[in-house]
Amino acid sequence: MTEDISSKSEAAEVELLSFRLGEEEYSVDIMSVREIRGWTRATPLPHAPTFVRGVINLRGTVLPVVDLSVRLGMEPVAGDARNVIIVVQVGGQTAGLLVDAVSDILALPRSEMQPPPDLNADISQRYISALTIVEGRMIRILDLTSVLPQEAIEAA
Amino acid sequence: MSDPMAEIKTSFFIECEELLESLQDALSDLDEGADDGETINVVFRAVHSIKGGAGAFGLDALVAFAHRFETVLDELRSGRLALTPEAVKLFFQAADLLTDEIHAAREGSPEPATAAACLQSLEALLGESGAERVAEAEDDEVSDFQPMGLALDLDFDFAPVEAPPSGFNLEFRPDTALYASGNEPLQLLRALSDIADISVVTDTTAVPSLDALDAEENHLGWSVQITGDIGEDEIREVFEFVEDVCQLDISPTLETPEVPPAGLPDIDSELREYAHEEEDDGQDLESEAQSSENAAPPRAEEGAEAEPAPPSRKADPSPTGHQAETAKPTAAQPAAAATPAPAAEHGATVRVDIERIDRLVNLVGELVINQAMLAQSVAEAGLPPNSAVNTGLEAFMMLTRDIQDSVMMIRAQPVKPLFQRMARIVREASSAIGKDVRLKTEGETTEVDKTVIERLADPLTHMIRNAVDHGLEASDTRVAAGKPREGIVTLSAHHRSGRVVIEVSDDGGGINRKKVFRKAVEKGLIAADAQLSDSEIDNLLFLPGFSTADQVSALSGRGVGMDVVKSSIQSLGGRISITSAPGKGSCFSISLPLTLAVLDGMVVNVAGETLVVPLSSILETATLTSEDIRALGPSTNVIHLRGAFVPLFDLGAELGYRDPKNSYSGDVVLLTAQEDGARSALVVDSILEQRQVVIKGLQQSYGHIPGVAAATILGDGQIALILDPADLVQTASGNTRAIDLSLAG
Repeated sequence: MTEDISSKSEAAEVELLSFRLGEEEYSVDIMSVREIRGWTRATPLPHAPTFVRGVINLRGTVLPVVDLSVRLGMEPVAGDARNVIIVVQVGGQTAGLLVDAVSDILALPRSEMQPPPDLNADISQRYISALTIVEGRMIRILDLTSVLPQEAIEAA
Repeated sequence: MSDPMAEIKTSFFIECEELLESLQDALSDLDEGADDGETINVVFRAVHSIKGGAGAFGLDALVAFAHRFETVLDELRSGRLALTPEAVKLFFQAADLLTDEIHAAREGSPEPATAAACLQSLEALLGESGAERVAEAEDDEVSDFQPMGLALDLDFDFAPVEAPPSGFNLEFRPDTALYASGNEPLQLLRALSDIADISVVTDTTAVPSLDALDAEENHLGWSVQITGDIGEDEIREVFEFVEDVCQLDISPTLETPEVPPAGLPDIDSELREYAHEEEDDGQDLESEAQSSENAAPPRAEEGAEAEPAPPSRKADPSPTGHQAETAKPTAAQPAAAATPAPAAEHGATVRVDIERIDRLVNLVGELVINQAMLAQSVAEAGLPPNSAVNTGLEAFMMLTRDIQDSVMMIRAQPVKPLFQRMARIVREASSAIGKDVRLKTEGETTEVDKTVIERLADPLTHMIRNAVDHGLEASDTRVAAGKPREGIVTLSAHHRSGRVVIEVSDDGGGINRKKVFRKAVEKGLIAADAQLSDSEIDNLLFLPGFSTADQVSALSGRGVGMDVVKSSIQSLGGRISITSAPGKGSCFSISLPLTLAVLDGMVVNVAGETLVVPLSSILETATLTSEDIRALGPSTNVIHLRGAFVPLFDLGAELGYRDPKNSYSGDVVLLTAQEDGARSALVVDSILEQRQVVIKGLQQSYGHIPGVAAATILGDGQIALILDPADLVQTASGNTRAIDLSLAG
């Protein structure tokens, strides 16, 4: 059993960037993270869903910013100097995720990640692909494709 | 190894496109009644050159097609085939198919299936005797040469000859251009010697003395006696690629020449035109002496006197290359003017990979943004207006503008090739449904950004097909309505206030609004009792639900995929509108930005947000007083401006930045105009400045936002949205109303 895990761990290890939203801890696969930027005011977009904070200038390209907190059904991120924007790229789409603060980089074996229990009551459920426990803390792993604005635009 | 070949092949295909373009042009001229020999020659030459190039690359299918096409064209050229409208129509078809053949050759895909049928109907034009002639010409490759008095123009016809000549006399005198194009007489003569017995005599009479010698010029000619079983065509084939850069005279010798057939002449002794200085002129040269001085004659087999070059040129005071080059063809070929060098009329051009230009455009965009940032910092530093920094900045801004304009000009291209493609669509669509349709084009030279042109092709194709299929009535209906049988579809392009306007109009029956309305009700798009104005009904055609296949036949109006057309035009930052008059026809008008990179904008402030309104859409600005504003309905206001009532739009409220204001007194309005002339007044809080902004697309990163065309980056690094006033006004009123009604119903 122990042998099994150690032999798999090389190939099956995931690196995660973890960050805080309010009191909760979330994480995303580090492979999809392009960079982390300090807070800048976003230009609001008309007729945009509430979780879209607007667009910012990322060295000449227009980058939409998602308030992840609102997206997950919580209070909006305050938007001050301590907040950060995580620039992620998923399937050719680039977007910024506004979060309270970045906390850690974790390396975890895939085998320690569990699918979230099936609960429809919680809106944030839809956006979480897996759960894990690190040093007693529960870490949620985000499903990035579902939090980015694309599908909301199409629906609207 | 394959790489350089691929490159040459690529340039051949690019050349083909140019040739096809001139072919289309000439055919259009013929269609419009130009019946002069030169136009027909242009047609012939284009096909001929394509055949020649294709032959070099072993594109057999293409060669075969071009050859048969060319053969028929030759009948026309020789005057044995009358230039009837039907013939021109077939030529157009053949030209279209030639385009397909070239495409197929490039892609390596199978050739179009209809090619043979088209050629057959072309050949059928010739009638029986003509077809026989063609067949004979093709089968036997025997032909009788009739000199046209112009050495360059290789007219010959295909009348059968009684006795095939037993040999030919060939007079061959290359132009300097023959050498310049990388050809080599030696190779040609060798090729000739491969297919027939030849004997060659070099004509050196034109070789000047050494001091008058221009090493770049050709002074030599060759007389070749050809014997054996060989057709003139075969001989011509050898010279096929050089026939426009040499004088070539072929005359049959009906008796076997006295000269004994010589083997391959020692053409190595053929003259090189690289003269050295030290030797005296007028000497016979050994065959090995090619590298030696003056352009002296080689020793020829028949003992032709290799006489010293006559010093005729000695007297020539200035045998400079230029003079000689220009003077020579005229002297030698008096009619040379009739066959202009193909490339000479255009200015020199460079073919550049579009990616390099895109990169340049992007860099210029960054430059404009940086300039804005710099300008902002300078302004904030509060330097006096005439300070060195400010003067320098102004010069810098002008320079940036110049660079930007120049870069944009690189990408600008005339819409002509696009229009030519549309001419084909008209031909195909009209023959498919059996209507007589003529396409009129206007403003073909209007230049638009290349990317815009490329992305216009699909929507235009759609609209042209619609115009032919649904816009124009059936021919009999037209006649009954007192109109000419032939319907006219007009495609025009012109510049209007910083945008390009492309219109597709027809002289058909116009939109049948009753039917459109009924269909829209049936489809549940609007309520049955909806009160819509004419233009609102016309705009129903753009609704997505309106375009399903089963409606097409039932509708005399339009609507096939017009929603797709509209969205692709919108994605280009453009707009489309319809005007239609019953019985007179309809006109679809597309308005597009000239470039997709930079625009002049008015920077305004609305509810604390900075926005950019394209300058081209603003007619004027004004400050409102309370008397200007009249309430029209509970939530609608109009302003009374210079005798006209204009609807008022509160930008802050429309964009959702704040609630509508109670009073707009003292506010600033921008009066904007749409393509269809409709005006609207946009309320803003203040106008900040007027300047150029670089357009950054929002579509890729976010998607379409109603009323917003794109985004830009301001001097402080912030992003500002660029408004599309027409879209904003439409989504705020007209179109949304129709959709709202449907929801209500």
